[in-house]
Amino acid sequence: MTANASVDPQQTKLLQEYKLDRPLTACHWDPRSRFIFCGAEDFLVHRIDPAGGQRISLAAHDSWIRAFGSSSDGETLYSGGYDGRLIYWPTSAEKPEPARIIEAHQGWIRAIAVSPDGRSVATCGNDRLVKVWDADSGTLVRELPGHASHVYNLIYSLDSRWLFSCDLKGVVNAWAIDSERPRTLVTVEQLHGYDTTFRADIGGARSIALRGDGGQLALGGITKVSNAFAGVGEIIVALVNPADGKLDLTLQSKDKTTGTTWGLAWHPDGFWLGLSGGSGGGWLYFWKGDTAEEFFRLQLKNDGRGMSLSPDGKQVALAHADNHLRTYSLV
Amino acid sequence: MKRHRPCGSAVHDFSRRAFLSRTTLGSVGMAAGLGDIITSRTAIAEQVQAKNKRVLNIFLHGGVSQLETWDPKPNTDTGGPFRAIPTSVPGIHICELLPFTAKQMHRLSIVRSLDTNNGDHARGVVEMTTGHRRMPGADFPHLGAVTARCLMPKTFSLPGHVLIRSSPGGRNVESEFHSAAYLGPRFSSMAIYDGNPPKFEDRPGEITDEADVRRNAFRERVNERFSRRRRTAETEAYNFSFDQARELLANRHVFEISREPAGDQERYGTSQFGKHCLLARRLLENGVPYVQVNHADYDTHHENFDFHIEQLGEFDQPFATLVADLADRGLLADTLICVMSEFGRTPQINKTYGRDHWGTAWSVVLGGSSIQPGAVIGKTNANGTAVTDRAVDHGHIFHTILQAVGVDSTGEFEIAGRTFPVADPSRGAIAELLT
Repeated sequence: MTANASVDPQQTKLLQEYKLDRPLTACHWDPRSRFIFCGAEDFLVHRIDPAGGQRISLAAHDSWIRAFGSSSDGETLYSGGYDGRLIYWPTSAEKPEPARIIEAHQGWIRAIAVSPDGRSVATCGNDRLVKVWDADSGTLVRELPGHASHVYNLIYSLDSRWLFSCDLKGVVNAWAIDSERPRTLVTVEQLHGYDTTFRADIGGARSIALRGDGGQLALGGITKVSNAFAGVGEIIVALVNPADGKLDLTLQSKDKTTGTTWGLAWHPDGFWLGLSGGSGGGWLYFWKGDTAEEFFRLQLKNDGRGMSLSPDGKQVALAHADNHLRTYSLV
Repeated sequence: MKRHRPCGSAVHDFSRRAFLSRTTLGSVGMAAGLGDIITSRTAIAEQVQAKNKRVLNIFLHGGVSQLETWDPKPNTDTGGPFRAIPTSVPGIHICELLPFTAKQMHRLSIVRSLDTNNGDHARGVVEMTTGHRRMPGADFPHLGAVTARCLMPKTFSLPGHVLIRSSPGGRNVESEFHSAAYLGPRFSSMAIYDGNPPKFEDRPGEITDEADVRRNAFRERVNERFSRRRRTAETEAYNFSFDQARELLANRHVFEISREPAGDQERYGTSQFGKHCLLARRLLENGVPYVQVNHADYDTHHENFDFHIEQLGEFDQPFATLVADLADRGLLADTLICVMSEFGRTPQINKTYGRDHWGTAWSVVLGGSSIQPGAVIGKTNANGTAVTDRAVDHGHIFHTILQAVGVDSTGEFEIAGRTFPVADPSRGAIAELLT
């Protein structure tokens, strides 16, 4: 969990840049702040020491890495790839080798969630399944069918008793940990569109986060798509009440920036952070959450593809399409 | 009869008047003559027509990615997230998005070395389907028209050139009907939309059989008198189309996939493309010489990988089922299969996970008839940015398709005293691909 912090979004500034060989796809801050892990358009997990910039690349996936999670003590990294594999890595080893390789899904893993109590790891993917794994042994605890399209993202409730998942069509399911049948919480229609010109669906929650008190679920993506194949649509964050599925508010950008919300986080100072990428460029957004438009935004050097808030809440790591991992100071 | 309306469901109405306006009168002015007005110095004609050769062309509109289909480059800087999977031919791998097609690879071959030097949709469609470089003022006949002209038996009661596609409403990079250019409107395409049979219109009930016979006899008498004084391609085509429209009404069942066994309909699936493939099988079984099935859209500048999962997920199983069915029913030996696109997609992945237009190094699949099965022709470099062996283009593919169904593509059509090459004479067939 992110510690209390006191930051000033208006003072956000670039801190460090780390260049990799390929465009990045995801990033994740180790809960003990020792490392930042990245996925890129290669088949490797990259472990970067933000203090010294040293990088170690870990090979065991057979495709790009899309998702990360960490055990609560930070000693195990979970990575999920487009190869459908969930891999457990010992974080601190000098040259980590996989502790477990699980063929978790048929098709892509799109997201990983670790329960706040540290006991479970949940994954979701293109096989339309949500799966729950024992965080230690890696055994499959439950397989949860119930989505009719690719499952794009998921997150646990703060008490670890509920799992929320969202699919391509914007359908948000709530899964009680002691039940195998989902309750459809809401269908966020703004998160999905069918492009009749190109005859294809576009949408899904590309990012997900929970407010600090657990009382609001944020789902980020693209909306008002007028050309799916050119990515012409606006960024969106839908704020949903996880208790009753009511759509509280949709966050957007003042100037209707085209793109997709690829990263989301709730900051302990009481605001939402969002990362965008797309034809409108890369932006870091700051929303208070009580009004639709941002109170501040910062243009980035390149399109964002992934975001992770540092454990102390004073920095944010961003994965970019121009081969760079960048950290920004919020102080 | 109802009048043809340009939009809405009425486009499916298949009245004799609509048929005539679409296939004949709409093309008046560009047509040469028909019947004995057209002669050919090629070795086309009867012995080829008697063999019942056919062409099935699957056109993946928008530009399918060669890296996500026929020429995967996993774990390279351009390869994307997908893996390559083995196929039924040892040593040949294709993208994991095509698991059903992979099992039919022993019936197909891949040409991995297309360099068409073009990234324009409309130009790509024209060049891939005419085999000629597009030139201002030049109108070359579509592959379907050439095929119909060369393979359609003289007494054939169905259209020789059928296009199966989605209803208008998508992008208009392809004209709704394929031009036959100088071959004449008789060989233009007849379009069928959305997997549905055309809505045939019966003769109005108030016109009795006897009256129908009388009015047709009158029409023929007037036509004959007109023809004695002034015989043109248009009048020939008009008569042909009128007769064909009547024959179509009698053969309407050919277009009804609901007549196929439920098990077959299930195997092809509920997607529109699945229905289109089943209809294609039905038309080919009934001897239609050229059937083109369009599938759209692959123009994935944004999130190429998500959209290829979606689109190829629709394509893979019905296409593989169709290939297997043609083989099982003994039709593959006489049916040339082609899977083409207007171009491929850039090896470089853009910042929104898209791939852009690319005509420099991409792939086409051929199979059936006289195509050597299980072959790979040509090669690209390690990350797919250039052809390194046996570069070919649309002209070579056009020649190869025609020669695979027994047409001498190096010959000429002689039309109204002028000669027109069957295919681009500066190109030739990919000889090593022909058995």
